Amino acid sequence: MAATEFTLPDLRTILLEAAGTDEDVDLDGDIADLDFEDLGYESLALLETAGRIERAYGISLDEEAFTEARTPRALIGLVNSHLSAARAA
Amino acid sequence: MTGRTLVTGLGVVAPTGLGVEEYWAATLAGRGAIRRITRFDPSSYPSRLAGEITGFDAAAHLPNRLLPQTDRMTRLSLVAADWAFADAGVAPAELPDYDVGVITASHSGGFEFGQNELRALWSKGGQHVSAYQSFAWFYAVNSGQISIRGGLRGPSSVVVSDQAGGLDALAQARRQIRKGTSVVISGAVDASLCPWGWVAQLTSGRLSTRDDPRHAYLPFDERAAGHVPGEGGALLVLEAEQHARERGARVYGEIAGHASTVDPRPGSDRTPTFQHAVELALADAGSDPGDIDVVFADAAAVPELDRAEAEAITKVFGVRGVPVTVPKTTTGRLYSGAAPLDLAAALLSIRDGVIPATTGSRLSPAYDIDLVTDTPRPAPVRTALVLARGHGGFNSALVVRAADTPTHGRKA
Repeated sequence: MAATEFTLPDLRTILLEAAGTDEDVDLDGDIADLDFEDLGYESLALLETAGRIERAYGISLDEEAFTEARTPRALIGLVNSHLSAARAA
Repeated sequence: MTGRTLVTGLGVVAPTGLGVEEYWAATLAGRGAIRRITRFDPSSYPSRLAGEITGFDAAAHLPNRLLPQTDRMTRLSLVAADWAFADAGVAPAELPDYDVGVITASHSGGFEFGQNELRALWSKGGQHVSAYQSFAWFYAVNSGQISIRGGLRGPSSVVVSDQAGGLDALAQARRQIRKGTSVVISGAVDASLCPWGWVAQLTSGRLSTRDDPRHAYLPFDERAAGHVPGEGGALLVLEAEQHARERGARVYGEIAGHASTVDPRPGSDRTPTFQHAVELALADAGSDPGDIDVVFADAAAVPELDRAEAEAITKVFGVRGVPVTVPKTTTGRLYSGAAPLDLAAALLSIRDGVIPATTGSRLSPAYDIDLVTDTPRPAPVRTALVLARGHGGFNSALVVRAADTPTHGRKA
């Protein structure tokens, strides 16, 4: 069984591995409600990020819901809903 | 537009040096970089030597945002482009959006990146393949990444014709400048020194299998037995003459003429077309053979290919009629990157009045060419011819000359 909760530090780690970070963006700052685009991540960077989350946590993210998750807070919520669904199953 | 196309910036990433002056100093000193491969264990392959770039730290030069999505050749290209623009004194971001184009050549695309992702695919499954594989392996990716990084939205493309492509890309850049683009960054950087790239190159049957770096790549020598591959190349800032003059740019030289031809299929009765490419390039430049001060040869180091090249040179220029040199004996053949690097060397020969040497080779008595061997030869150089042949019959020739050369007699 993978980790039970996906957190902002987990997302930071995966974003850094997947796509690095823009020089003028501080991922350690208060980023939870910023749009991924404003953080410098385009669709391909997010696709790579999604792939890494799926591999690390053994889940399969719904494509449409993933596209709609425009902020770290939204994405973390989405991942956690998958994790709790997996726990309940 | 009839204005000339000038070279105003050089960016060099070569096995013998990172940066123009480091490369040029090593070239004039005859310092070779051909060694046993270190990036993978070559012991089970028939060819084991290469010209590797050492000491390149991509993270020191590029934002980390770019590192997960780039092959080695792209990282080297991005840095070469930065250096070329800095050398030219051009800040692309300050020029109008559509004024600067990117036209590079590529031999194989991002092989190392591609190999890693294929390994992930077969060993772990499709979920483990990087999303960036969608473009990181691709021939056009260097042009694309340079364009995105610099905001260069002028005409951009990639040319794929093996070693000849390095010159064909520069010719395409000149076409775009003639059509009205102010600046094009052009040339090529190739790097595929990984097992997949190596196996692909071995299929040509043209790689040296020798283990002594001093005797592995000996073009125009009786001992010639194939070439040694290398990695790297050069990107050059090409600029419309008026644009360069208006900003008071330092000028290395003019892209004066170019031609490319394709050989007939193997077994055909028709004659090969390499010599024709040379003659057409001279005609395009409005140059006579006597105007050419040095030839940077393609130098396959495969006996029949050396013979064909030596004969073509002799037919056009006469017996020992022009100095011929092969500085790539120090770097190995860099595929698409080779001819742009030779062009940089040619421009530095014009600047410094010296022809670099073909290191290691002793001229075979079978060839009536004036091969510059052992040590550089001081000589006034006004006009140089760079030759490149690609596997599959591609021939390309490019004439570069000092920009202050009188242009009478040139075709309009």
